[in-house]
Amino acid sequence: MSEIEENKPKPEPKPVEKKKPDPRKKLAKPDKMLILNSSPHLHTTKSVKSIMWSVVIALFPAMAMAIYYFGLPAVWMILTCVAAALGAEIIMNLMKGEKITIIDGSAIITGILLALTLPPSFRLTSAALGSIVAITLGKHIFGGLGYNIFNPALLGRAFLQASFPVAMTTWSNPITPKFENTDAISTATPLGSFKFEKIFTDYSDMLIGNIGGSLGETSAIAVLIGGIFLLILKNADWRIPVSILVTVTIFGSIFWMLNPAQYPDPLFHILSGGLLFGAFFMATDMVTSPITTKGAWIFGIGIGILVVIIRLFGGLPEGVMYSILLMNGATPLINRYTRPRIFGESKK
Amino acid sequence: MAKKKTSLYREFVKGLWDDNPVLRMLLGLCPALAVTNSAINGLAMGMATTFVLLSSSIIISLLRKVIPHQVRIAGYIVIIATFVTVADKFLAAFLPEISKSLGPYVPLIVVNCLILGRQEAFSSKNNVGRSILDALGMGTGFIFVLVVLGGIREILGSATLFNLQILGDWFNPWMIMILPPGAFLTLGILIGLGNWLNERKVKV
Repeated sequence: MSEIEENKPKPEPKPVEKKKPDPRKKLAKPDKMLILNSSPHLHTTKSVKSIMWSVVIALFPAMAMAIYYFGLPAVWMILTCVAAALGAEIIMNLMKGEKITIIDGSAIITGILLALTLPPSFRLTSAALGSIVAITLGKHIFGGLGYNIFNPALLGRAFLQASFPVAMTTWSNPITPKFENTDAISTATPLGSFKFEKIFTDYSDMLIGNIGGSLGETSAIAVLIGGIFLLILKNADWRIPVSILVTVTIFGSIFWMLNPAQYPDPLFHILSGGLLFGAFFMATDMVTSPITTKGAWIFGIGIGILVVIIRLFGGLPEGVMYSILLMNGATPLINRYTRPRIFGESKK
Repeated sequence: MAKKKTSLYREFVKGLWDDNPVLRMLLGLCPALAVTNSAINGLAMGMATTFVLLSSSIIISLLRKVIPHQVRIAGYIVIIATFVTVADKFLAAFLPEISKSLGPYVPLIVVNCLILGRQEAFSSKNNVGRSILDALGMGTGFIFVLVVLGGIREILGSATLFNLQILGDWFNPWMIMILPPGAFLTLGILIGLGNWLNERKVKV
């Protein structure tokens, strides 16, 4: 007995103590259900990464048409802008001492979007400068992705527009049979030729993109395909492009009906310039557009009205960029005034 | 009276970086933004401001016990305006081109917050020697920032520095830099860089 008594206490306490925590740990798993979390409780499978890469895929038709119409320079332009954007992103990440965020695709999108809004014959070094400005001043100065007030790509473009006003409005011909016999190496955009010379461009050419203009905005069909792909995936708020296009149609037709000789018809408004591209890819940027549904309508209507006003009465032929940037600036206000009432809160 | 204990050297040096009028105290931003489209304009503006700051600091420091407290701001303004007029007429007489390019900003030195701020915060409470050192330090810091700001904008905006071509034909001037947005962008980046450097200095 003495042997057993002596032996027993020695080995027993240790294994018992060791074994006890194990079942507790297994029990602890269901206990986690009781941990209190603040909302949101429902999570989507979407991530920044998946949304961003879907935008890159949605931009493929526009990029393909850009390369088809403007050839190798378009390829170099896109590659330069993307490379400069990625480089700037890495440098800013290192300066801020944070994780390198080039994988999330946002810098690639900024690069592609900027490249597609530049004239085909634009200098590559200047394009790279625009890309760097877009990432550093447009995004990281404000704190990185999610904190920027203005769409980075458009900010980069606005910087280039102010820096190189002549180069930014020199449009070279698409390399298609239509332009083979012309002597001039540069052309005007449909908006420019209408504004300054009152010449209409053929709608079929504008639809497929056989016109002068920025790399990615000429082909309405390619932009529409990519845009609708984004809307089907619900990675862009459909209210924004719809409200922009409807507003431009209504507002544009009012002026057209008042004086058809002076003002272009609404279809011309929609097919020309960067309106479709801006409406589907720039205005729908999740960071810089309102988060409420009512706000999205106000945002889109505001852009539509500004576009028509700038195009018809401004000094510039095209106003999509400035319209979107202005409404970006108004987004925090729109968010504040369209905030839904908390359940049970009384009306004032 | 802890301020009296700061060394004379410190009184001068503080204006260069730690209390730099533009980068740290954000005073005198109007001329800093408006006339710095070239380095020479920045230098002229900085010199004129420093002259006014120094002269009025001396006078106000001497008169600090004479000026009644209730009307001190009006008194300071009269003294400052006198020296601004001197500076304005001097520039118009001897450097007419610079006077032309600075335009209304020379007379506007009178409302420069930096000058009134230093009189109110420093000269009216300290003796002449310290006031001179303070004015010189602040003025040097102001000139430094204006020349750097003007230099950056001139190099990028017109490829020259002090009207000398320094960048070749390969460089395409960024027109935005000599326009008002360029001033805001450059000043913002300079202030940001200054803060970033200071943060690192503290950590080390």
